[in-house]
Amino acid sequence: MIAGLKNIFTDTGNITVFTARFFKEVFRPPFQINEFLRQSYAVGYKSLPLVTITGFIMGLVLTIQSRPTMAKFGAESWLPSMVSLSLIREIAPVITALICAGKIASGIGAELGSMKVTEQIDAMEVSAINPYKYLVVTRILATTLMIPILVIYADLVGIFGGYVGYNVHGSMGLYRYFTGVFEHLEFLDVVPATIKTFFFGFFIGLIGCYKGFNASNGTASVGVAANSAVVTASLSIFIIDMLAVQITDLFF
Amino acid sequence: MEKNAPLIAITNLHKTFGENTVLNGVDINVNKGEYVVILGRSGSGKSVTIKCLVGLEKADKGVIKVFDTDITNLNENDLNAIRVRIGFMFQNGALYDSMSIRQNLTFTLKHHNKNISNEDIETKITEALDNVGLLEAIDKMPSELSGGMRKRIGMARALIIQPEIILYDEPTSGLDTITAREISELMVSIQKKYKTTSLIITHDMACAKLTGNRILILNNGVIHAEGTYAELEKSKDSWVKSFFI
Repeated sequence: MIAGLKNIFTDTGNITVFTARFFKEVFRPPFQINEFLRQSYAVGYKSLPLVTITGFIMGLVLTIQSRPTMAKFGAESWLPSMVSLSLIREIAPVITALICAGKIASGIGAELGSMKVTEQIDAMEVSAINPYKYLVVTRILATTLMIPILVIYADLVGIFGGYVGYNVHGSMGLYRYFTGVFEHLEFLDVVPATIKTFFFGFFIGLIGCYKGFNASNGTASVGVAANSAVVTASLSIFIIDMLAVQITDLFF
Repeated sequence: MEKNAPLIAITNLHKTFGENTVLNGVDINVNKGEYVVILGRSGSGKSVTIKCLVGLEKADKGVIKVFDTDITNLNENDLNAIRVRIGFMFQNGALYDSMSIRQNLTFTLKHHNKNISNEDIETKITEALDNVGLLEAIDKMPSELSGGMRKRIGMARALIIQPEIILYDEPTSGLDTITAREISELMVSIQKKYKTTSLIITHDMACAKLTGNRILILNNGVIHAEGTYAELEKSKDSWVKSFFI
């Protein structure tokens, strides 16, 4: 019990130092632009198929599941607004971030863990290349900037999925559906939800990198790093979401 | 730097991991142009010693002078200025496995010299790969290479920056006798061609005999014996003798 608590405090301390180092290194030249673009491509573009499928299904299922209840209250025409608000404010950011935690945080954890175990990170260091700047800063920046873009994309695909879902049992034109979507959508629905996705992206990258960079020697630790990155990143997404909702509720 | 000062001077080096004391007062001097071998059993602290030399491990106590500069308290920039003058060959090559061999070498070169032209890069890569006899592997990925080939490429990557000192960490471990001998001979030819100073960590006696002109034996965290291969072979010390059986 005491050892477990000690580990939690040690981990918290280490991850704080790791985060502080990120903010120290991120503004210091040289900037690894090419590696950042390569990571953005890997995080953003290569996640598109997964985000498209899940985003579409989210919108479709949400519409089909909500329709009978809305119809019972005679509020079927509110369905486009309800679906888009649910997607934009909560469902798309959290589900997309969780999918990215599974795909990206585990990938980063495994890749860096394997580089650590096979001394590739040491090789960079002895070649006077700053591995933290090259491997960690670029990945955290890429996830911080790409996750919000993926979430906005998932919002749009999900809303379109809602349109398809609505037309499974009913009939509504695309123009009327999107008029319904934007009718009740406000600036304050979009902005806080988008801001929190930057934090989701930052923590997905940070935790993936931290777990991989600190993998102990031995091949088993690569699996442990990947697994632990997914679990911790997923948990952190829920905690950030809870805090974001409280803060939004307080100010808006 | 003083004219006759050793390139590497380690004095009273201590290193402990948890309860386990690995180095307990190691003293090593390596002069310019020397090929020094550190022998010792697995876990005796050989690799830790050379990792302390390049700042991969931090010494608990002691002085480590490289090019007459104490590196134990250097900041990152000053340490990097020393590191660019040292080549390090890792036990398993430590090649960047997401990059081809060409990219592995280019990556190292470009970080050492931002203004290097593409023609110069090509010339240096060709020369380095030619030195290790693996020019045909230039566009292969590390995963396509055998253990011996990875070590050779690791050597090419260490060489490409034209270092004054090369540190070899178990250069022949995990290889068959013939390949191990080829690697040892390659090390000798590189030492002769580039006049580098070498510190070689090994427990392979054939490699030590072929590559070292002075051998140090590490035991219980200190240098237990020192001499040429021929001198140590005749030693009456039972610990030293055990290496030559």
